[in-house]
Amino acid sequence: MNWFTKMFSSSIGQKLIVALTGLFLCTFLVVHAMGNLALFKSDNGMSFNLYTVFMTTNPFIKVVSYLLYASVIFHAFKGLHLIYKNRQARPVQYGMVNGKANSHWTSRSMGVLGTIMLVFIVVHMSNFWFEYKFGYIPYVQYTENISTGEVSGMPYVDEAGNPKQIKKKMEEFVIGDNKITIVKDLYAEVAEEFENPLLVGLYVFAMFAVAFHLFHGFKSGFQTLGLNHPRYNQAIQFIGTWVFAIILPALFAAMPLYFFLVK
Amino acid sequence: MSGDMNVTLKVWRQKNNNDRGRFETYPVQGVSPDMSFLEMFDILNERLITEGKEPVAFDHDCREGICGMCSMFINGRPHGPLQGVTTCQLHMRSFKNNDTIVVEPWRAKAFPVVKDLAVNRSAFDRVMSSGGFISINTGNAQDANSTPIGKDDADMAFAAATCIGCGACVAACKNASAMLFVSAKVSQFALLPQGQPERKQRVLNMVAQMDAEGFGSCTNTGACEAECPKGISISNIARMNRDFIGTQLSMQKV
Ligand code: HEM
Ligand code: SF4
Ligand code: FES
Repeated sequence: MNWFTKMFSSSIGQKLIVALTGLFLCTFLVVHAMGNLALFKSDNGMSFNLYTVFMTTNPFIKVVSYLLYASVIFHAFKGLHLIYKNRQARPVQYGMVNGKANSHWTSRSMGVLGTIMLVFIVVHMSNFWFEYKFGYIPYVQYTENISTGEVSGMPYVDEAGNPKQIKKKMEEFVIGDNKITIVKDLYAEVAEEFENPLLVGLYVFAMFAVAFHLFHGFKSGFQTLGLNHPRYNQAIQFIGTWVFAIILPALFAAMPLYFFLVK
Repeated sequence: MSGDMNVTLKVWRQKNNNDRGRFETYPVQGVSPDMSFLEMFDILNERLITEGKEPVAFDHDCREGICGMCSMFINGRPHGPLQGVTTCQLHMRSFKNNDTIVVEPWRAKAFPVVKDLAVNRSAFDRVMSSGGFISINTGNAQDANSTPIGKDDADMAFAAATCIGCGACVAACKNASAMLFVSAKVSQFALLPQGQPERKQRVLNMVAQMDAEGFGSCTNTGACEAECPKGISISNIARMNRDFIGTQLSMQKV
């Protein structure tokens, strides 16, 4: 074994993989939440649909997204593999354990919380990512009046009212005073999916799992990297709790709830 | 005597490492609240001996909280309900009259049960002999002040060096991880000038031995720190992670 494989097959090295991928996924969550705020705009989904085109065509974002898929797979596999190995480190269980006397339940439940998230990620990807890439998404046509800035949207259909398609994800052109944008209407897909109370329930439930996973996970990742210092620990704990365990999951949970309750 | 207590013990009995083991229940009467937990076991064992039965095997040595031998997992926690004490420093006044108390050995693959509550902790010794030392040519000790050491570093090294190798950290950890112990032993040298020449090789060797012994990895639950009778901080674990990762990335030897 060379030093590199030796390093990553040691117990500390394996945790390093979980921590690096986990913290990378944390940065993804921030970007994902910020971008999806476009869902809350009352513009018939125009900014959200344009944002979707950007996220699926920009080469830099594409590279990062493949890194993300790899990270989720490595993270989930390594995390669960470590749990399996750690079970073997205690072949005979205690008759009585008082875990809450010495540790927070989130830190003892990372595998369960992660598995809920994994199920969610699969459902979520097949709902939107798969549909967008391989499924059928109708197009919408936005007409923006260049002088007044007024935008209206309507389904992109022929005279008989049948949905029309274009080859690309988006097309833009100007006719007279109007700027026409024809784009895949993922926004409508989102609105439709979130009419299903079961799906909305799953999304909200999964966001609790995210919150509890990151309540422990964010600060734990820093500790694994060796970053534990009295001058910074409070800040790490604060960001982990407020940003990653409260604000982000609340924002994500608000999206399905907004469509289900308000729209 | 008035004020004496009665307790019911549910104790793990296991003849040897091949025996599967089981809990057995023993009522113990006339326990003074001022007795230590081990003295309460002495009463039980004297009774068992007079009854011609096998006494409960448990480890102990100093009975003053410094040797780290008295490993007992009491009511779901290493060394019982108090923080910062070993079992020998736990007193019966920490329990109530008529309590049922569950007592088990440390449970970890790396700590096989020898008999009843006594486990074999020589895995720790092997970790120590893999790197928990400094190699010096003996001779006259040099003047104490000839190697100046900053106050912060001296304090942290002293704090790490108070680890008594009791194994409560392993017992408390849901992963049976030895990271707190090993990191304390790595840190007490890593913080001092005398530890520098062998610093890189030491952390590699001790982590490798820790893994070879079959301890689990670290989920950073903090249970070890909370249960450590000497209050060893998990900042030592972060230091060991830093040292290990930094060494792996910077060793001259490929
Ligand atoms: C967006 C998704 C996710 C993020 C941001 C994330 C983040 C993190 C972070 C920061 C850690 C702490 C790493 C450390 O302790 O060093 C962690 C630990 C962990 N994660 Fe995730 N995670 C995600 C998804 C998942 C999934 C899908 C699974 C598995 C099915 C999972 C399983 C685990 C496990 C088991 C641990 C604890 C490993 C251990 O300490 O032994 N995570 N996660
Ligand atoms: S670190 Fe604490 S709990 Fe672990 S062996 Fe040392 S003294 Fe015992
Ligand atoms: S018997 Fe020595 S520490 Fe308890």
